[in-house]
Amino acid sequence: MKPILTIAKRELNGYFASPVAFVFIVIFLLLSGFFTFMVAGFFERGQANLETFFTWHPWLYLFLVPAVGMRMWSEERRLGTIELLLTMPVTPWQAIVGKFLAAWAVVGLALVLTFPVWLTVNYLGNPDNGVIFASYLGSFLMGGGYLAITAMTSAMTRNQVVAFIVSVVLSLFLILAGFPPVTNMLVAWASPWLIDGIAAFSVMTHFESIQKGVLDSRDIVYFLSLIVFSLFTTSVIIRAHRAG
Amino acid sequence: MIKVRNLKKAFGPKVAVNDVSFTVEKGEVLGFLGPNGAGKSTTMRMITGFIPPTAGEVSIGGHDIVAKPIEAKRLIGYLPEAAPSYADMSVLGFLNFTAELRGLSGDAQKKAVNRVIEMCFLESVVHQSVETLSKGYRHRTCFAQSIIHDPEVLILDEPTDGLDPNQKHEVRTLIRTMGEKKAIIFSTHILEEVEAVCSRAIIIDRGAIVANGTPAELKQRSTLAGAVTLRLTDGSANAVKGKLDGLTAVDRSVIVSESPLIVRAFPRKQIASDDLAKAVGEVALKERWSLLELSTEAGRLDEVFRSITLPDTKKEDAK
Repeated sequence: MKPILTIAKRELNGYFASPVAFVFIVIFLLLSGFFTFMVAGFFERGQANLETFFTWHPWLYLFLVPAVGMRMWSEERRLGTIELLLTMPVTPWQAIVGKFLAAWAVVGLALVLTFPVWLTVNYLGNPDNGVIFASYLGSFLMGGGYLAITAMTSAMTRNQVVAFIVSVVLSLFLILAGFPPVTNMLVAWASPWLIDGIAAFSVMTHFESIQKGVLDSRDIVYFLSLIVFSLFTTSVIIRAHRAG
Repeated sequence: MIKVRNLKKAFGPKVAVNDVSFTVEKGEVLGFLGPNGAGKSTTMRMITGFIPPTAGEVSIGGHDIVAKPIEAKRLIGYLPEAAPSYADMSVLGFLNFTAELRGLSGDAQKKAVNRVIEMCFLESVVHQSVETLSKGYRHRTCFAQSIIHDPEVLILDEPTDGLDPNQKHEVRTLIRTMGEKKAIIFSTHILEEVEAVCSRAIIIDRGAIVANGTPAELKQRSTLAGAVTLRLTDGSANAVKGKLDGLTAVDRSVIVSESPLIVRAFPRKQIASDDLAKAVGEVALKERWSLLELSTEAGRLDEVFRSITLPDTKKEDAK
């Protein structure tokens, strides 16, 4: 447990020593504010909920989360520090989890810093704070899912740009598989059970159901297993890379 | 402390390390020599558990590196070839991080960090970030990391690479003093380093061990070993060579240079180098040569190294 914390602490310091964490947080706050108030018309709708705020998260994360996570392993490989890290008395799994938790904490911090939106909606009306809490949790889990995918792609290459692009594409697939415009298009020629089956793999389906305020165990299990599966694949990639 | 048995590593069809076996005990400094690409770094990476061997075993203090990696890695300090460190950290931050990963905390950690800062002469840069450091400092920062937990086993991949002559000297002295209590393996292609530091040397070529012995033993494999070299003020080179060739102890002699006049005599088989030197000295006295120097060659490591590691085709050319 201690090595995980030591590694996570170092990673967090790294995020804040370089501008990565600040840039991510500032851009995330600016964009989520812009989309909520200017594009989706939070005030004009006159509804006391944060639907207009959370709707954009899958799309914001699509570009911002890979930007946070792309250096996770590719930087280790580029600098050669992976050789140092993995010859320390730590297991690869401890290193993977430590790095992931640090990046996830940055995402979580950005989410926490959106609290003025929550204050605003509570000042203006009487929203269902249970739904808002569930949506925050769902958003955090979704961010973790994207991040785990980015961890996996960044273990594949020493080039951060490649890691970024591949994880954006993978994440985009996870969005589109359950994105209504895409699924509606498929309805014409695919059987419904196939579409539902594919949509079950989508972050959209699960995030939307959490956004309704229902913390269904299936949705939580989905995000957690997405994280565990991606991190497990990360460990396989790292082992394969070392074996040469 | 370090036991390596039949170690093998293949990358696809290419065999990088083939059937390498050796042991290093506490108090030994093993020099690891070989041309570039001979498999030195690959072997060290297997010993430290960074890459898994294709076949064979490595055991560190009785712990198998594959079966019990954590226990084995605890005993090892490792300086990788490129001396990597996290560019965005300060020297102090980096050393504290590695100390924590090594399980140190509190006072013990502080003491350990201060000790290596002093040993590696890093006082002036402790608060600087690693990316702003010169190569020599970066290298020493990574070296400091490898000894922070005072390990029983030290694996150093080219520890003096990129250092200036003074720093090289410091690092060599450090390795020699630490070698009294630890088991150390270090790789280099600087041959004087081997003579200055190692208690034993292994030469590895194309993935296999081709020589294993003390530096003195290795030097004796040199064709030069036991030869007597004469330096004279003047006289005819051919006359001197002729006299030397006439001695029974001399197998053959060569003129190394005409001006200054240097001639070298090689002993016949079974002739001790001291007897050869005596015979040459007698003839010099008799002929009243104006001798500046008469010395017995101990043999040269670079010559042994070249003769062992040159590819066979080139060896033919050299003859």
